[in-house]
Amino acid sequence: MLLSPDEWGIVGLSLKVSGCAIACALPVAFALAHVLARGQFPGKIVLDALVHLPLVLPPVVVGWVLLIAFAPAGPLGAPLARWFGITLLFRWTGAALAAAIMAMPLMVRSIRLSIEAIDPRLEAAARTLGSGWWGAFATITLPLARPGVLAALVLGFARSLGEFGATITFVSNVPGETETLPLAIYATLQVPGQESMVWRLALVSVVLSLGALVVSEWLVRRGATGRDPHVL
Amino acid sequence: MSFDIAIEIVRGPSRISTAFATGDGITALCGPSGVGKSSVLAAIAGLLRPATGRIVVGGVTLFDSQTGLSLPPEARACGVVFQDLRLFPHLTVAANLHYGERRAPPGRRIAQFDETVRLLEIGHLLARRPDTLSGGEAQRVAIGRALLAAPRFLLLDEPLAALDAALRDGIMAVIERIRADYALPMILVSHAADEVARLADHLVELTRS
Repeated sequence: MLLSPDEWGIVGLSLKVSGCAIACALPVAFALAHVLARGQFPGKIVLDALVHLPLVLPPVVVGWVLLIAFAPAGPLGAPLARWFGITLLFRWTGAALAAAIMAMPLMVRSIRLSIEAIDPRLEAAARTLGSGWWGAFATITLPLARPGVLAALVLGFARSLGEFGATITFVSNVPGETETLPLAIYATLQVPGQESMVWRLALVSVVLSLGALVVSEWLVRRGATGRDPHVL
Repeated sequence: MSFDIAIEIVRGPSRISTAFATGDGITALCGPSGVGKSSVLAAIAGLLRPATGRIVVGGVTLFDSQTGLSLPPEARACGVVFQDLRLFPHLTVAANLHYGERRAPPGRRIAQFDETVRLLEIGHLLARRPDTLSGGEAQRVAIGRALLAAPRFLLLDEPLAALDAALRDGIMAVIERIRADYALPMILVSHAADEVARLADHLVELTRS
C-alpha cells in the first residue's frame, strides 16, 4: 500500500498509544467531572486548577515532571519498579500516560459541561421511583451525559494523536516503542531527502483526525433523540 | 393515622415547621406561595432532611431525628408527582412508566400497567418522548409513573396548576378514581379553593412561622 511497513508500524503505535490513553483517562475524567460539577467541598478550586494545569503548562514541563516522578528512583517510579516490576520510561505505556494527562483537561471540561446541564431533580425523581444512588446515576446521569462523553472521547483521542512535547521529554523517541506520528514526523524532518515520508505521515495525521471527528458525528447522530448537541 | 408528621425544616434563613396527623384519603396542604409546601413534600419523600422531627406514614417511621433514622428515598415507597413533573427526557413514555414499575417489589404492586394506561388514557402516547407531550398528557404520564412504582402513599405537588379547566376536571376525576380504587393515602398541595373543596378529606394550613 501507500505506506512502508515501518510507516504502518508508526501509525499502529500511534493508534495503540492514543486508544489506551483515552480508555484509561475516561473513567478518571468522568469521576473528576462529576465531582467538579456536583461536589461542594473545600479545596474544589485547587482540584479544578490542578485538572486544568496540563492545558496551560508548557508540555515539556509536564513531561519533565513525569520524568522525575517515574524515574527509577522517583517517588512513583521506585514503588512501581519494586512492587510490580514495571517501568514506564522509554515504553509505549509511558507515552500513553503522557497523552492521557495532556488530554485530561479537555475531557474533563467536555464531560463536566454535560453533567452540569443535567437537572439533579431528575435524579431525585429516580430515587423516589425506587433507584438507589448508583441506579439513578447509571440510568439517568450517565445516559444524559452521553453527548459530553462522546465529545470527550473524540477531543481526547485527537489531542493524544498530536501529543509531542510531554511524550518526547518523558519517554524520548524510541522507534517502534514510543515513536508516534508527531515524533516520527519531527525525526524524519531532521534527515535530508526524506520529504516524501514526511508528506505521507502528515497526510495520515490529517486523515486520522478527520476520521475521529466524522466517527463522533456519526455516533451522535445514530443515537440522536432530536435534542443531542452535536460535536461538530 | 395515615400521616403523622411533625417536622421543622431549616432552609437558609427561613424555618418551616408543621405538625399534623390525618387519616385515610386526601390531605390537602394549603398556604400562601413560598411558605414551604414543596419543602414539606420533599422532606416526606426523603429528598430533604428536616432539622428535627418525625415522619410516620401508615405506621411506618420514615424519619426520626431523635433516633437518627432516615430512610433513603428509594426505601420509602412514596409516589411523587412533582410540580415540574420531571419526566425522564431520554426515555419514551412507556419507559418512563416502566421505570418505577420494574423496581417495585412484585408483592406491593397496586396497579397493572394496562389498567393504569387505560385509566389515564395515555395508550396512544407510549412511544413518544416527554418533550412532545402537551401539559395535560405529561401530567397524566407523571401520575401513571408514580402509581406504577407501587407506592404506599402519594404526594401530589400542584398537579392541576398548569392545566386549563377541562383538563383539570379530567385529572381531578383520575385522582378520585385512584382514591376509590387503590385506597392510597395522598397529600395534595394546592392553591385552588375549588380543587381543595372537591378533593380534600382533611385540610392542613401551612403558615409562616
